[in-house]
Amino acid sequence: MATSSGRSCLQYLLHLAQDNLDFRLPEIKALLALRGKPFHSCKNFKEKSPFWCLNGLVEEDVRSIMARSVCAKSAFELWGHGRTHSELRTSLLNYPSENMSPFMHKDSTYRINVYTFNKTLQFAERIKRIDAMEYLQFEGTVNLKNPQHIFCLLEDYGTDPNNIPEHPDYIYFGRWIADGQRELIQSHSVKNRHFIGNTSMDAGLSFIMANHARVKENDLVFDPFVGTGSLLVACSHFGAYVCGTDIDYNTIHGKGRSSRKSQKWRGPDENIRANLRQYGTEKMYLDVMVSDASKPVWREAALFDAIITDPPYGIRESTRRTGSNKEITKPTEGIYVESHVPVSQAYHLSDIFTDLLNFSAHHLVMGGRLVYWLPVYRPEYCDEMVPLHPCLQLISNCEQTLSSHTSRRLITMEKIKNPEDLDTLANVADPRFSPYQGHNAFREKYFSGLNKRCGKEDHRSAVNGD
Amino acid sequence: MKLLTHNMLTSHVKGVAKGYPLLIKATEVKVNEVEFNPQFVSRMIPKLEWSALVQAAEQLGHREDLPAELVPDYEKNEEFLKKVHRALLEVEVIEGCLQCPESGREFPISRGIPNMLLNEDEV
Repeated sequence: MATSSGRSCLQYLLHLAQDNLDFRLPEIKALLALRGKPFHSCKNFKEKSPFWCLNGLVEEDVRSIMARSVCAKSAFELWGHGRTHSELRTSLLNYPSENMSPFMHKDSTYRINVYTFNKTLQFAERIKRIDAMEYLQFEGTVNLKNPQHIFCLLEDYGTDPNNIPEHPDYIYFGRWIADGQRELIQSHSVKNRHFIGNTSMDAGLSFIMANHARVKENDLVFDPFVGTGSLLVACSHFGAYVCGTDIDYNTIHGKGRSSRKSQKWRGPDENIRANLRQYGTEKMYLDVMVSDASKPVWREAALFDAIITDPPYGIRESTRRTGSNKEITKPTEGIYVESHVPVSQAYHLSDIFTDLLNFSAHHLVMGGRLVYWLPVYRPEYCDEMVPLHPCLQLISNCEQTLSSHTSRRLITMEKIKNPEDLDTLANVADPRFSPYQGHNAFREKYFSGLNKRCGKEDHRSAVNGD
Repeated sequence: MKLLTHNMLTSHVKGVAKGYPLLIKATEVKVNEVEFNPQFVSRMIPKLEWSALVQAAEQLGHREDLPAELVPDYEKNEEFLKKVHRALLEVEVIEGCLQCPESGREFPISRGIPNMLLNEDEV
C-alpha cells in the first residue's frame, strides 16, 4: 500500500447497510472517538442515506472503523462524485493525479466494480458503465480474481423501492479500502450458538451495543443482567475481558429447559463460558455469578470500562429481585442448600433503571459508558422519559421498533463526573420515571394493543392497574 | 471464580460495615492456563486491593512468590506481571464458599460460580 503522507485531506465514502438506521451514526461516531477523531461529514450529509462522505480522516482511521463496524458495509477513498455521469467525469478529471497515479501505474493489477443502490443493472449495462470510465488513465492490467486495487462506481437510486428513477440521484467513484464486519452477524448468529435463552440478544445488535459502548482491547466489561451472555460474546470479540451476573440460578449454571425447539433440556456444557470458547475468546472470560442486580456485590471503586446490558422488562422474562413481603419461615435446621432459590418480589422497571444508573455512576471509570435498552410505549413516549443522572451524560438514544405501539431504545451514557452523596438520590423521585413505576406497568401497556380486541380483558387490567 | 473477581467483591450482607475482603474457603482449586496479556495485567493493577490479592492467593496455597508489596515500575517487569497474571486469571476456585468477614455469612461456590444471593429473610 502506498503511504498516506501528504494525502491527508482526502474524502472517504462509507457505504452503510440500510437496516438499524438509527444505530449507524452513534456507532460510527463512537468508533471515530476511539481514534480520537471527530465526525465531519460533507455538506450534503443525509443520515438516512446509504452513502456518507467523511472529511478530516486518514486511511488508517477508516480501516480501524471498518475493523469494528457492523453498520458499514464498505469504505472507499472518494475520487469523484456528481449528480450525473458528466458531473462525475468533471469531478474525477479535477482530482489531483498524484493521488490516483500510485494505484494506476503499469505494473499494477486492478478491477472496477459497479454497485447500484435500489436498482439492478444488467451485466451489459455494467460493462457499459465501466467502458465509459476510459477517460481515467488506468495503465495496469485487469485482474478480476485477485487484483491489487479495486475501484468502485456507486450509483444511488434513492431509498424508495416503489419509485426508482431512471437515472441515479447521485454517483460516486473511489478506491475500495476495506469492508465492515457484516459477516459477524452470520458467524455469531444465535441460531448456531451453543448456549442460548429465550431472550438472547441478536448478534448484530450485540456488536452494535459493544461499539456504542466504545469497548476496546483490554477493557473490563460488566453485564448485570447477563442471561446467556450474548453481550459478553460481542465484547470479548473486540478484546475486552468480560463478567456478568444474573439472578437466575438455572441460566447461570446452564440448567433447566432448553430454549431450542428440538431439545427439551439443556446439555451438560451449555453455559456462557462455552459460548466464548465456541468463538475462540474463552481467554477473555472472567466470571459469571448468581447475583441480584438490586443488591450489588462489587466494592466501591471505578472498576468497569463499560457496563452493557439488556434489563428484563417483564414481557418475556420476569422482573424479580430477592426479598419478600410475606412472613418468612426459615428451614428448621436454619440452612439453605447451595441452589436454594430465595423468594423474589417485584422489581419495578423504574427501580431497575434508577439502580442501573446509580450503579454505573459509581462503578464506571471516568469516560466509561453505560449502554442499555429502555422499553417504550410509543404513543406516550417523549425524550424526557429517558432516565438521567448528574454523573452520566446522554450520548445517544436509538429506537428499534417492536410493534405498532411498542419499541425499545438503545440508550448510551458516558460518565462525566464522580458521584457525590447527593447525586445518588438525585432522580429517585423524578417524574420522568412515572411510566415505569408500578410492577408490570409497562407490561400492561405492552399488551394493551392485544387487549383492545377483547374488551373484557382490557377492563379487568384497568381495574387491577392501581 | 478467579481471584480478579474475588478482589472486586465485597459482602453485601445487611448492616455489615467491614465486609472486605471476603474469606475464601475452598475445597477444590484448579489452575487453568490463560494466555498472558501484560497490557491487561498492567491496566488492572491500579484497580486492585493488593493485600487482598496476596491474602487470597495465600489462602488457596498459590501465593508462590507474590511479593507483599506492589513493586515499582511493574509495567516493565514481565516476570512480576506473569506472577500477577497467574494469581488473577489462572487460579480458580471451583468448589467452596466465600465468607463475609464480619457476619460470617457464607456464599457457596459451585462449578466455579459463586452464588451471591441473599435469602428472603436477609434483605
